[in-house]
Amino acid sequence: MAKVLVVTSGKGGVGKTTSTAALGAALAQQGQKVVVVDFDVGLRNLDLIMGAERRVVFDLINVAQGVAKLSQALIRDKRLESLWLLPASQTRDKDALTDEGVRDIIADLRTKFDWVICDSPAGIERGATLAMRYADEAVVVTNPEVSSVRDADRIIGMLDSKTVKAEKGEQLRKHVLITRYDTGRANRGEMLNIDDILEILAIPLLGIIPESQDVLKASNVGSPVTLNNAASMPAKAYMDAARRLSGETIAMVVPSEPRRGFMGRLLGRRAA
Amino acid sequence: MSMNLLNLLRRRTASAPVARERLQILLAHERGLRSQPDLLGVLREEILAVVSRHVTLDPDKVTVRLDRGKAVSTLEVDIEIPNNFGKQLAVAS
Repeated sequence: MAKVLVVTSGKGGVGKTTSTAALGAALAQQGQKVVVVDFDVGLRNLDLIMGAERRVVFDLINVAQGVAKLSQALIRDKRLESLWLLPASQTRDKDALTDEGVRDIIADLRTKFDWVICDSPAGIERGATLAMRYADEAVVVTNPEVSSVRDADRIIGMLDSKTVKAEKGEQLRKHVLITRYDTGRANRGEMLNIDDILEILAIPLLGIIPESQDVLKASNVGSPVTLNNAASMPAKAYMDAARRLSGETIAMVVPSEPRRGFMGRLLGRRAA
Repeated sequence: MSMNLLNLLRRRTASAPVARERLQILLAHERGLRSQPDLLGVLREEILAVVSRHVTLDPDKVTVRLDRGKAVSTLEVDIEIPNNFGKQLAVAS
């Protein structure tokens, strides 16, 4: 049965789009049929992170308004044949998306895919509520930083009140994905640690993505990090997170601190 | 020994515990507000209704503020009444 997953956060810039692309690719690499849907109307970026920016012809809004068929708007990934993208519109007004339009598209996607992953825009406005509206599960992305954790808490409140599942009194599964985690800084008390965040947000942990240059390298070339460098730390963390989404039990690995030599320690932290 | 000393020094500069405590206090407050939607709005409307039964006032000149402190919270109601208030009171009595 298809699962609809929303990747959300409240705050912008914490890694929603990166995580949508990486989790989508990871699930596809693990044999699932996946579509990633960009809900950020007017500021689409998932196409760019996926490396499909020059292949967009029709978009979510064209489909919602009946201008194009779903099959015309879906873009198949060039590297993974079970991974697809439904881009957002770059030009239209965000009000062009209606509740009914989204409902119909999600229902249609459910019949065609194992996973429908909705990349939410930042904020708590209509775009964000529409992205989560028909979700079965949610990944709440947060950085180990106060404003991001506060916004994540707000979004968790909305997931529990504004989704169709919540309105029906059903349980919507929520997970927290901690991105840009720096174990060294957390251990030195310079950054909220995993336990702090989990205690505050009180939802299960899906994964810990370490702060890493590999994430930027992957987005530079338009490839999800799990595809671009599968051996890298963030790619492994995303692969594990995807397996947990599929119901597997995988031990949580806290990213290890990069080893530094005597001189490195003497000279202090390396520049980020 | 040297590690212990280092840890002690670090603990003094650690900012994460402060972040954690600030978040816990703030979120306890914000979660409370979420469950009682717009308490201030309701208070403002009801206070306005009671006061305007006795004095004429401009609804826009009524402000209700709630300040939450650690031990006590204060509810501040500020109602601006026009200067002809005395006359109206005299007529009423």
